[in-house]
Amino acid sequence: MDPTSRAFIENAHAGLANPVLRRALGIAGTGFPARRAEAVARLPEFEALRDEGKAIKDHTIAHLDYYLELYEKNVTAAGGVVHWARDAAEARAAVLDICRSVDARIVTKGKSMVAEEIALNDHLERNGITPVETDLGEYIIQLRREPPSHIIAPAIHLMKEQVEEAFRAAHADLDPARIIAEAPQLCAEARAILRPQFLAADVGITGANFLIAETGSSIIVTNEGNGDLTQTLPKVHIVIASLEKIVPTLEDAATLLRLLARSATGQEFSSYTTMSTGPRRPGDLDGPEQYHVVLVDNGRSAMIGGEFQEMLRCLRCAACLNHCPVYTAIGGHAYGWVYPGPMGAVLTPALIGVAEAGHLANASSFCGRCESVCPVKIPLPNMMRHWRERQFTQRQVAPTYRGGLELWTWVARRPELYHALVEIKARLLGWLGKSRGRFRALPLAGGWTQVRDMPAPEGRSFHALWAERQRAKR
Amino acid sequence: MAEQVRVALLVTCLVDLFRPSIGFAAVKLLEDAGCTVVVPRAQTCCGQPAYNSGDKNDAKAIARQVIEAFAGFDYVVAPSGSCAGMVRVHYPELFGDEPAMLAKAEELAARTWELVSFLADVRGVKNVSASCVGSVTYHDSCSGLRELRVKAQPRQLLASVDGLTLKELPGAEICCGFGGTFAVKYPEISGKMASDKIADIAATGADCVLAGDLGCLLQIAGRLSRAGSTIDTRHIAEVLAGMTETVPPIGVPRKD
Amino acid sequence: MSARDDILGRIRNGLGRGALTGDAAGKVAARVAEHRRNLIPARATSLEQAARIDFFVAMAEVVQTTVARVSSAIDIPNEVARYLAAENLPAELRMAPDASLDAIPWSERPLLNVRLGKAEPGDAVSLTPCLAAIAETGTLMLVSGEATPTTLNFLPDTHIVVLRAHQVVASYEDGWDLLRQRPGGGPQALPRVVNFITGPSRTGDIEQKIELGAHGPRRLHVIMVDDVAADERK
Repeated sequence: MDPTSRAFIENAHAGLANPVLRRALGIAGTGFPARRAEAVARLPEFEALRDEGKAIKDHTIAHLDYYLELYEKNVTAAGGVVHWARDAAEARAAVLDICRSVDARIVTKGKSMVAEEIALNDHLERNGITPVETDLGEYIIQLRREPPSHIIAPAIHLMKEQVEEAFRAAHADLDPARIIAEAPQLCAEARAILRPQFLAADVGITGANFLIAETGSSIIVTNEGNGDLTQTLPKVHIVIASLEKIVPTLEDAATLLRLLARSATGQEFSSYTTMSTGPRRPGDLDGPEQYHVVLVDNGRSAMIGGEFQEMLRCLRCAACLNHCPVYTAIGGHAYGWVYPGPMGAVLTPALIGVAEAGHLANASSFCGRCESVCPVKIPLPNMMRHWRERQFTQRQVAPTYRGGLELWTWVARRPELYHALVEIKARLLGWLGKSRGRFRALPLAGGWTQVRDMPAPEGRSFHALWAERQRAKR
Repeated sequence: MAEQVRVALLVTCLVDLFRPSIGFAAVKLLEDAGCTVVVPRAQTCCGQPAYNSGDKNDAKAIARQVIEAFAGFDYVVAPSGSCAGMVRVHYPELFGDEPAMLAKAEELAARTWELVSFLADVRGVKNVSASCVGSVTYHDSCSGLRELRVKAQPRQLLASVDGLTLKELPGAEICCGFGGTFAVKYPEISGKMASDKIADIAATGADCVLAGDLGCLLQIAGRLSRAGSTIDTRHIAEVLAGMTETVPPIGVPRKD
Repeated sequence: MSARDDILGRIRNGLGRGALTGDAAGKVAARVAEHRRNLIPARATSLEQAARIDFFVAMAEVVQTTVARVSSAIDIPNEVARYLAAENLPAELRMAPDASLDAIPWSERPLLNVRLGKAEPGDAVSLTPCLAAIAETGTLMLVSGEATPTTLNFLPDTHIVVLRAHQVVASYEDGWDLLRQRPGGGPQALPRVVNFITGPSRTGDIEQKIELGAHGPRRLHVIMVDDVAADERK
């Protein structure tokens, strides 16, 4: 999808003003953190597992080339084919070629953020192939022709009324008098509509939560079972995954899986965790005849060896989103691209450039809640600060702001001058604000007083008073 | 009582300008805990605004001044989790590429503390002699909470204040939306976070909200005031030092 | 330069080295070959087999799996008939053509229509064996194969799994060991698919309300044959 991250402030404003979004995020913002906390409380080893998960990922990235080659070797030995894609265009082309080779008309899809990243659906549609999203949330937003607003719950910004509206508009053959006002009815309708698509699909495309180097396997984690129907029924299964999904062994995958569902939804384990290795075996009664893996770089290799390498540990669990007061205030669409929330603030500039996505790393109070819940301990605020540092040295910061900081520093390095100026300011503002105790408006402080009052200073500076106190003692 | 120690007070730029009472409350608490308090004159700012704006050079310049000004004291104490966190956690990060400064930064970091955790964890203070009749609720400022593990200590000390009822704040650990420059660069989002915070505060029924960071307190008091609320806002040090009768809450008219 | 070489080259550039060779490569290879277990939570590993089985049942029931315990395979047809009647389902099922299910005396319940094979679109109920049950999270481990088609686990609305108590293991790692014990070695020896199933299909995509039966089965019923004899308890 084309980024709109430059319009972050306007997008955020739209999110803050949207009553449907407010209600929807209100439900999510309390539910997810509570459930995660309960799941963590049930597992005494959770903290230790975070450290192990971090270590596994760090080790893998430090040997990523080795593990990718091992992975490819094992996929091939299992009868699969690996395609390497440097960027979005190569990835799209690889998928399209495979689809064309079997004259695919209908393609079912499991949820895949990297497929969003490379804008796969649009590309397939332009080439006469119909992609059908099967994850319920993805299906809903596909009908509404909008992007996902959350990396594991794509339709989290909607209430059931919006879903009903979308279903009525899209499922035109069904009885208009039917009642689909409640979640069970909507789910039942989606199940009935999508089942024939699963059965008719020529190709099934899934993402991968993990790729296992030891065995050449891919692992998908779902609750609905849509990923399994997507990858088992059609003749061809395509896995699309970015490089850093690689994990060395089955045992390493088990450790990361213990962290994933608990961090994402607060479940002990998702309903379906499925490991696939190659196409159907001789004698198998079902399963795809072809198994392809499209490995996507699209900016990951460039992150290795730099300040953002640790971001490659990300498991895409969305714990950081769910706990972020900025995300739960403005929603995912405000971030303007595929990846919202704190992980999006760090990853998006790395993939599409900080000139485009500069706001994302700035719209944070650095509260640190994201880092505290990240299952693999990514130092998200520090990395957002690195983006700010890049913007500063690359002069992407407003000149007045730069100038202000330089002036502040110049004065701050001259304590006596600083103290004199602070005392003047304290006396002036203290005097002006004495009777009301606060300012509704203040010159040069519009950014503050726009949304809150400014309490008046007490009227003297601490250093002036302290100096007086010390003199009085003698 | 633990041995007498020399403590340098890191005033913080906000306390200096807006509310010296917090500084004096801190001095009283430290002296009551057996500390000799010195206020180095050559301090102005900890450098956090520059640091969080990505301006490492200016942040380093200010940090060098701080490191020099606070050399030689047993401890450095700030009535602010975010300033203490800047020195304790971020100064070593800032000088990661300068070994000589890094050593000095680490040495300073090791003796730098947020006020309430210093009183409880280092000086072993379990009770204060203050009394204050009323109900309060407490907001956990993010840096203090997550960088410095300030959580139980304020609650322990508040429990010892005669006549005080502490009502736990739902979402106490959720950011109030200050975040330094964030509050003015993204005012609409900051305002929304503040609104959510004051709604939680109001729901407790407490007369007064406390926190350990003046940045948070200006944000919360400013939003409460804009909303026409009568809930008071104070720094926890004012309550622990027994100043609530003599110093008006934040943002309230002064009668002198 | 191929995309593959380009990508590997850039990764190596970032890591500040060329391709791993000699000892360095040997160390990584050894780590893979050893496939050491990482930390495994104590919750199931610390239990004796009988308690572990009870733990599995408790965890499974938390996620809306229903569990019926019978004393031998002879009881299975009766339990299936009872279950289908109780759920108001037709007395028919599609069964995996797996040898481990041969001993079930379906002739005891002649009105139960049992057909073998992979799942056909009209099938409402399936019955399959499993490889193991993971006590840690109440998870079933099923593998694909000539006699265990995967579609039986996903297409029908109701999925019945026959589990023998001795198949209950503590952790996922115990499950991986079972896979590694398969004859042949190498990726081709692995089943095409391993399903870890923890409860029926569900979604929370509409206002975070959990609904069962999103695309996969809405009912998951385990019939556990309590065959852990005194001498088998570990």
